[in-house]
Amino acid sequence: MGKKTIIPFGPQHPVLPEPVHVDLVVEDEKVIEAIPQIGFIHRGLEKLVQKKDFMQFVAVTERICGICAFGHSMGYSETIEILMGLEIPKRAQYLRVIWHELSRIHSHLLWLGLLADGFGYENLFMQCWRLRENVLGIFEKTTGGRVIFSACNVGGVTQDIEDGDLKGIVAILDGMRSEYEELLKTFLYDSSVKNRLSGIGYLSKQDAESLCLAGPFARASGLVEDCRLDGYGGYGDLAAFEPVLSEDGDGHARCEVRAREVYQSMDIIAEMVSKIPDTPISLPVKGMPGAGTAAVHHVEQPRGESFYYAKGNGTKFLSRFRIRTPTSHNIGGMTKILQGCDLADVALNILTIDPCISCTER
Amino acid sequence: MSSTIKSPWIIHYDASSCNGCDIEVLACLTPQYDVERFGIINTGNPKHADILLVTGSVNERNINVVQQIYEQMLEPKVVIACGICATTGGIFKECYNTLGGIDKAIPVDVYAPGCAVRPEAIIDAVVIGLGILEQKRTALEQGKLVSEKSADCVTAADKIVDGQTVRAAALKITKG
Ligand code: SF4
Repeated sequence: MGKKTIIPFGPQHPVLPEPVHVDLVVEDEKVIEAIPQIGFIHRGLEKLVQKKDFMQFVAVTERICGICAFGHSMGYSETIEILMGLEIPKRAQYLRVIWHELSRIHSHLLWLGLLADGFGYENLFMQCWRLRENVLGIFEKTTGGRVIFSACNVGGVTQDIEDGDLKGIVAILDGMRSEYEELLKTFLYDSSVKNRLSGIGYLSKQDAESLCLAGPFARASGLVEDCRLDGYGGYGDLAAFEPVLSEDGDGHARCEVRAREVYQSMDIIAEMVSKIPDTPISLPVKGMPGAGTAAVHHVEQPRGESFYYAKGNGTKFLSRFRIRTPTSHNIGGMTKILQGCDLADVALNILTIDPCISCTER
Repeated sequence: MSSTIKSPWIIHYDASSCNGCDIEVLACLTPQYDVERFGIINTGNPKHADILLVTGSVNERNINVVQQIYEQMLEPKVVIACGICATTGGIFKECYNTLGGIDKAIPVDVYAPGCAVRPEAIIDAVVIGLGILEQKRTALEQGKLVSEKSADCVTAADKIVDGQTVRAAALKITKG
């Protein structure tokens, strides 16, 4: 056994799009411990509820994270709707699901691209991001924004998508399928991808359960963990919903789960479009969140369960807003899979959990 | 015109951004916008980079990191603030842990506002930045470039670097 050395990793590192710092305690080539340090992106936005009223705050929640921006504004709006006892029109619920699932497709394609870049498959990275631009194009066409598009509001959504355009969205996604098929084949069956990912960062189902992991990270270890099963909002009207699972628990399984979820999201969108009712898209919000009321809610973000808590005090400012995001649970799993891995696998292992630091630190 | 501005290398650092701007910076490098056409390459090494793209605002924890990356880059160098957060602090300006725009930490040459900043705006900013890079390079060759230190930018940094006076960040090339 060699002697222990500490290698600092981050906050500025080519494979990290976001700053996080990990102190890697290594012995020879093996990592024996990984100590994360966070706080580089902490802004303290939960406290902003005291300065922005509960309607304005939607814009702030949207900027918790630019990748699952719509999911956060949806989670916050639904929490406030529960708090105030609002039942929003069905069309708004369906439109929310459509935008949310589009965000999932864009987030997963983004991640698949970063993963490909992580193991040096530059071509695959470019292809994933090229496909992803189709989804951003849909966002831009329907709302005007590419990543932050302020389409969600307390009481409903701010804009409608006409039925013709909804069909157009499904047509674009159908057009993507054949191209995506090619990429999927590469991710699942290409020998170079398999050699690089199979067997790295293994996490058992028991560990995933005891560390309270969320999202695709948990599902890749065989844990049935998906908030969409609860059927909040438009998800309740889906004919069937089966989370995508894998039993392997390694890096390749995580890649597979996310890659297959893209298809699942496409199917959900197609189903929502075929069922969408013709109702108004929003509800006038009257009054304030009552004193002493509190509500909790959770939403399945691309990275896993995001939990929201809001407490009203009878004024237009909430007295507390709290959010717990998927990466905060998943960091526990990350330090676990880093223990005992090779130094060369560190970057890839961190990538496979799909960390979103800016959600975590807010 | 020098070779530097025909193939500027960029380095990207995420100060406390929400990722919205980061993914747009990355989107510039991928097929839809493909800035590699202009010889622009993304690098992770500050010593190799000519242009620093910063997204997000500075806070107590990352101000040193931003300054360190800036100091490690070799002259001539250009800093571009991407997004309204990097420009002024944006929507997070009132947050307790936000000190403000990037210019509180290091001298900024070009501002590209927008929330999220559009890839077109980033490309425009880089093109403007190239002009400044060329000016700085010429000044450097003639020995007239005054290197700016991050400590020159003291608006908020004076909490960290004491004893410095406030100076507005702008392109400074001495005459004569
Ligand atoms: S400018 Fe907007 S999109 Fe960019 S980092 Fe700030 S909040 Fe996010």
